Amino acid sequence: MLNPVDVKNLTVAYQKKAVLKNVTFTVPEGKLIGIIGPNGAGKSTLIKAVLGLIPKASGEVKIYNKKYRAKDRIVGYVPQRGSVDWDFPTSALDVVLMGRYGHVGWFKRPSKQDNQIARECLEKVGMEGYADRQISQLSGGQQQRVFLARALAQDAKVYFMDEPFVGVDAATERAIIDLLNELKSQGKTVLVVHHDLQTVKDYFDDCLLLNVETIASGPTEQVFTMENLHQTYGGKLAFLEQGKMMVEQK
Amino acid sequence: MSYEAWILIIGSMAGITCGVVGCFLILRKLSMLADAISHTVLLGIVLAFLISQSMNGLYMLIGAAAVGLLTAVFVQLLHSSGIQEDASIGVVFTFLFAIGVILITIFADNVHLDVDHALMGEIAFVPFDLVQIGFLPPLPKAFLMLASVLIINLVIIVLFYKEFKITSFDPQMAAAIGIPVLLIHYLLMGMVSITTVASFDSVGAILVVAMLIAPGASAYLLTNKLSVMLLLSAVFGVIAAVVGYYAASYIDASISGCMAMMNGIIFLLVFLFSPSKGILSKRLPQKKLHEQIGK
Repeated sequence: MLNPVDVKNLTVAYQKKAVLKNVTFTVPEGKLIGIIGPNGAGKSTLIKAVLGLIPKASGEVKIYNKKYRAKDRIVGYVPQRGSVDWDFPTSALDVVLMGRYGHVGWFKRPSKQDNQIARECLEKVGMEGYADRQISQLSGGQQQRVFLARALAQDAKVYFMDEPFVGVDAATERAIIDLLNELKSQGKTVLVVHHDLQTVKDYFDDCLLLNVETIASGPTEQVFTMENLHQTYGGKLAFLEQGKMMVEQK
Repeated sequence: MSYEAWILIIGSMAGITCGVVGCFLILRKLSMLADAISHTVLLGIVLAFLISQSMNGLYMLIGAAAVGLLTAVFVQLLHSSGIQEDASIGVVFTFLFAIGVILITIFADNVHLDVDHALMGEIAFVPFDLVQIGFLPPLPKAFLMLASVLIINLVIIVLFYKEFKITSFDPQMAAAIGIPVLLIHYLLMGMVSITTVASFDSVGAILVVAMLIAPGASAYLLTNKLSVMLLLSAVFGVIAAVVGYYAASYIDASISGCMAMMNGIIFLLVFLFSPSKGILSKRLPQKKLHEQIGK
């Protein structure tokens, strides 16, 4: 079986400092994968490097055994919510429609069908009532749902999501995780940058523990251990205490 | 056509083309880059003149687009190598502009190309500077330049509307789905450059910034739709040009100065009275709410 994501010896450097060093991991198909690590571990950088948004110093990235090409349209991306200006003059539906742009092609406008798909995606995240709402008038959780709907509209096979759970309320978090499980049940692979160690065991089948280098990757019950967390988070005790509780709890 | 009509038409066309392009500058937070380009195109014009030995509008557009793009590229290079963006803009823009000024004073002293004119423009003379092309009657040069640039800009925006939209809103996502973000950026910078040159004769390099930024900034406060913002911005550009012209004749002052000032006045009015984002409308509902809660 082909692996959706296969990263070998990926190194990324900003100026002289290596942000990612020899990162290697593979991801099995149809799983929810958590990308876990402290601030500055290179989690967002990893996603951006895989998607070719920033240059690699060295290494190899394969998506379904092929070099990543945007035009293959098999990868969906949810950037951090804070990375865009929510005062932009556009509506929720319009943002979701952007997920269709890759399918539309040059010089063309999104079709009626694209519009229909965008509406359905808004519905899937429970935001159908907000289609025409200007995006700055949405709450943080609603904005995150719009971003997810946009990713759904991309109709991809592999999804990369950068901190979708940050700053959302409990209801939205539940809605997002339900959606991720639905994607999984459709055979899609979802990689999620995640911060909350408490929920790792509940949410993710697999984990990638990252701190500039790969600390561990594989099924959550095998790699989400005290020892690995210790290695990942170093001396950051607050995290470790929390992690210890989580590991022992299960 | 009468002298007055030409000035109104040329001013309005500059208002439309600047207003539309300016919207994207605002949404991308590139207003200062427009300021830089509006100055460095001077170098492009001088180089075009020195190389072609003529004041041909086409050469000027090419020269300006080239140097405008060069400005954007240099700024990008400095910025990506770790220098702050505003500092990169400041260095690149003054350097290229200075070269333009030096070249003018050395080589082009005896022609209709002086720093004052380039910076301030003088729309009052524009209707007298006629050219004849083919079977057309003699038309003001500035009109032909602006008409071409307006058409080019509108065609580009219509063709690449969704690309402009997504790269302005979320460049990372745009890049991830294969939209050439940098190419669109430079396309916009090219548009800013030729727009600036075409508006040069009429309003000059400094005031063109007012026409680029103010109408879009006003429109931004009035709507939540990009297409409406573009439309409103163009309308404000025209209003500023027309009202500015009559204000200038009334108080007998610089026409381009009055047009630019009108842009500022329109912005001020919108800033105060915009129904959704104006200062007053933000205050009033709070007061109402306060009273309701008080009851």
